Amino acid sequence: MADLTTNFIGITSPNPFWLASAPPTDKEYNVRRAFEAGWGGVVWKTLGEDGPPVVNVNGPRYGAVWGADRRLLGMNNIELITDRPLAVNLAEIARVKRDWPDRALVVSLMVPMNEGAWRDILLRVEDTGCDGVELNFGCPHGMSERGMGSAVGQVPDYVRQVTQWCKTHSRLPVIVKLTPNITDIRQPAQAARDGGADAVSLINTINSITGVDLDLFAPEPTIDGKGAHGGYCGPAVKPIALNMVAEIARTPSLAGLPISGIGGVTTWRDAAEFLALGAGNVQVCTAAMTYGFKVVQEMISGLSQYLDEKGLGSVQALVGRAVPNVSDWQQLNLNYVTKARIDEDLCIGCGRCFAACEDTSHQAIAMSPERVFSVRDEECVACNLCVNVCPVEGCITMERLAPGTIDPRTGREVRAEHGDWTTHPDNPGACAAE
Amino acid sequence: MAANALTPGIVAGRLSPRDYATNFTDLHPPLDPHEAQVAADRCYFCHDAPCIAACPTAIDIPLFIRQIATGTPEAAAMTIFSQNILGGMCARVCPTETLCEEACVRETAEGQPVRIGQLQRHATDRLMAAGGHPFTRAAPTGRRVAVVGAGPAGLACAHRLAMKGHEVVILDARQRPGGLNEYGIAAYKTPGGFAQAEVDWLLRIGGITMRTGVMLGRDVTLADLRAEHDAVFLGIGLGGVGTLGTPGEDRDGVADAVGFIADLRQAADLAALPVGRDVVVIGGGMTAIDAAVQARLLGALNVTLVYRRSRERMNASRYEQDLAASKGVHIITNAQPVAIHGNGAVREVEFEYVDDDLTPTGVRFRLAADQVLRAIGQRLAGDDLPALAQGRIAVTGAGRSSLPGVWAGGDCAAGGEDLTVTAVAEGRDAAEDIHATLMAEG
Ligand SMILES: Cc1cc2nc3c(=O)[nH]c(=O)nc-3n(C[C@H](O)[C@H](O)[C@H](O)COP(=O)(O)OP(=O)(O)OC[C@H]3O[C@@H](n4cnc5c(N)ncnc54)[C@H](O)[C@@H]3O)c2cc1C
Ligand code: SF4
Repeated sequence: MADLTTNFIGITSPNPFWLASAPPTDKEYNVRRAFEAGWGGVVWKTLGEDGPPVVNVNGPRYGAVWGADRRLLGMNNIELITDRPLAVNLAEIARVKRDWPDRALVVSLMVPMNEGAWRDILLRVEDTGCDGVELNFGCPHGMSERGMGSAVGQVPDYVRQVTQWCKTHSRLPVIVKLTPNITDIRQPAQAARDGGADAVSLINTINSITGVDLDLFAPEPTIDGKGAHGGYCGPAVKPIALNMVAEIARTPSLAGLPISGIGGVTTWRDAAEFLALGAGNVQVCTAAMTYGFKVVQEMISGLSQYLDEKGLGSVQALVGRAVPNVSDWQQLNLNYVTKARIDEDLCIGCGRCFAACEDTSHQAIAMSPERVFSVRDEECVACNLCVNVCPVEGCITMERLAPGTIDPRTGREVRAEHGDWTTHPDNPGACAAE
Repeated sequence: MAANALTPGIVAGRLSPRDYATNFTDLHPPLDPHEAQVAADRCYFCHDAPCIAACPTAIDIPLFIRQIATGTPEAAAMTIFSQNILGGMCARVCPTETLCEEACVRETAEGQPVRIGQLQRHATDRLMAAGGHPFTRAAPTGRRVAVVGAGPAGLACAHRLAMKGHEVVILDARQRPGGLNEYGIAAYKTPGGFAQAEVDWLLRIGGITMRTGVMLGRDVTLADLRAEHDAVFLGIGLGGVGTLGTPGEDRDGVADAVGFIADLRQAADLAALPVGRDVVVIGGGMTAIDAAVQARLLGALNVTLVYRRSRERMNASRYEQDLAASKGVHIITNAQPVAIHGNGAVREVEFEYVDDDLTPTGVRFRLAADQVLRAIGQRLAGDDLPALAQGRIAVTGAGRSSLPGVWAGGDCAAGGEDLTVTAVAEGRDAAEDIHATLMAEG
């Protein structure tokens, strides 16, 4: 069994699975249960300024999107930061860290945009013995209306400024949590780095309305006939998160900036994908909220089996392995020609590939009166749509035409060498460059 | 002339070679990877899951199913084997409809439980096919333990003890290890020599010496074993069989169902195995069902299972009763044999209908029979055993018998259902207790 010990910006944990700052890490009781279940670390639910704590709604705070069989695919929330007194949280954090010294315990913070507020809370947080802080510049609901959360995260200058204050007033490692509710994730990431951040974590939740109650004509979750947009998370947001992580990981000016990957991690495989795209560890929330803390056991056994099978001796050996293969479109090999292939033995005859291709793609699938489906190579552009809609795994595959053969669609020979848009004869830019 | 279904008497070769082959293939063929994925996806990953509580070996079922769902059946198998080293056999023979799958919340919701047994087989087959053995032994303790009986209880006990670093010797009276896994379980539940392959795989942990053909009470005494070992575990099952006490029971053609099944399990060629044309099986448990179904599968024309109480009181589950019915077994309940007629060999069995409390009704009927199989329960056999309770070895805690240093588990011990999985649980728990006891002795 591979050793999953992880060192993330100097913070070690027995595995790379941390619970994200959220309801599962709101209090000592939960966090102790999480550690007992095997979680490697937690980011404590976001603390705010001393004084009267925030007040949450008393109606539903979560909305959901379900897949078939009522599987929870996405969830959104309008919960604010912790609504318990600061002193209570700090005392609990100190106790838990004392009893679980081998686990990572990072404290998430969100206070107003002024240096004094950040300095004050940092001083008190340091006393708990925690391993680091995470700056919550991400929450897109509620707190953002008060100039905090994503209202900070959306302005790179603010991100840089607050990060600087935190680095000035604390010795603790600083992780900056980024909001995805922006146009270019590299900007706030760069600002965090410029401010001296030790790492970034992403993504926080995405602005969303999960549905509309068609009797009340109100967004869901609905509170007394009204609804507010909330932060979307869960398996549905993973593709967005993966892309943002990869964008940071592959940007030269951000090279080496440690990333804590967040967004829909539900299984070991999701975690491995984040790690391969450059995350040094992952944070999980919705999976724990859906299935309980025990889910981490599958993540641990699965990741460790995968590392063993790949001969990767540590989590670190996996981190970033896919980053060199994240490319711009213009570098993709246009001489790589594939065609769909339908395995007649596996085909159950549903015809979804035909409908998809005939109606919405390239009319490249033929259907016989006996419901035998076959690919017409002279039309197939290898778009992969048939593969995606086929209900039988492995029934339709994409196979590469060997170099030297003629592509029946273009009538041209398939070339062996790499050839992309930057050198393509139809690209005016390519000609100009010559 | 070759025999066929209509040939009277107990004869071999009633079927074509192809029919034998199809009749005795896997009752439930293994799931293919896609089916396993679909089946695993249905698990809700319940908290403190009812299925775990319903499994006598308390396998973490939601975890192993999730491990299958996420593409790591090997990890799933480890979750299973760490609780139940015979998880491969249990996946095939557990009456899941009365155990884990009965407790599944989707059974409650939709009457369609997650296919736990089938998924368990998917995972365990995968890891076992990889060869090798996934567990290692702790440092040698220098302690020696004798295990009597190489059935599920003895094997589970021996494996756990070997894992803890003890030296184990298993003694079994039979020629082959496995107990009823090898001699009793229906052939269509465990085809392909699985029982022996599983024993071989289990023994690969090392530290276990298997001595077959050695019988406690004949070749060795319990006193000898106690003198020569630090502890003794008895997992001798139920070697004795009951009699009907019905006039004519000594006629040719009347036999014990367990013997009939053992012959069937050991037959190199099923076509050489004789079976009656009109078979009557007496009893209402798993053995009765298995004997009846397999008699049909061997080509018997009429097979009737007669049980003296009502259908609800049959030990065999409703699922098994339906399986028997689907194979063409006729089930008669509330009838008790009063005479076995014939001239040398049995020709007819006479029954009388009885109430559920066995009060005769005076109404009688006869069934034509050239073969009668008794399946009215097995009992403990052997002398010089520890104290008994309800005809079995009395135990307290994790299998402690009345004799110091002697533990017992499986069918031979009092308490628990007579199931493979229960035997495994008891063998494992006794091993833990033996280990704790020996280590505490210092
Ligand atoms: C026909 C039949 C079908 C069954 N089908 C199922 C099923 O589908 N599912 C299920 O869960 N359960 C089934 N059972 C029950 C299950 O097989 C038993 O509960 C289980 O095998 C008990 O395990 P054990 O280790 O206690 O005993 P056994 O499996 O009986 O093993 C006892 C071993 O001890 C040996 N032994 C006995 N006496 C001595 C001695 N004096 N010296 C040395 N060795 C000795 C025997 O040779 C044997 O190998 C079935 C039982 C029968 C009879
Ligand atoms: S061992 Fe038997 S009862 Fe336990 S989970 Fe497996 S199939 Fe179910």
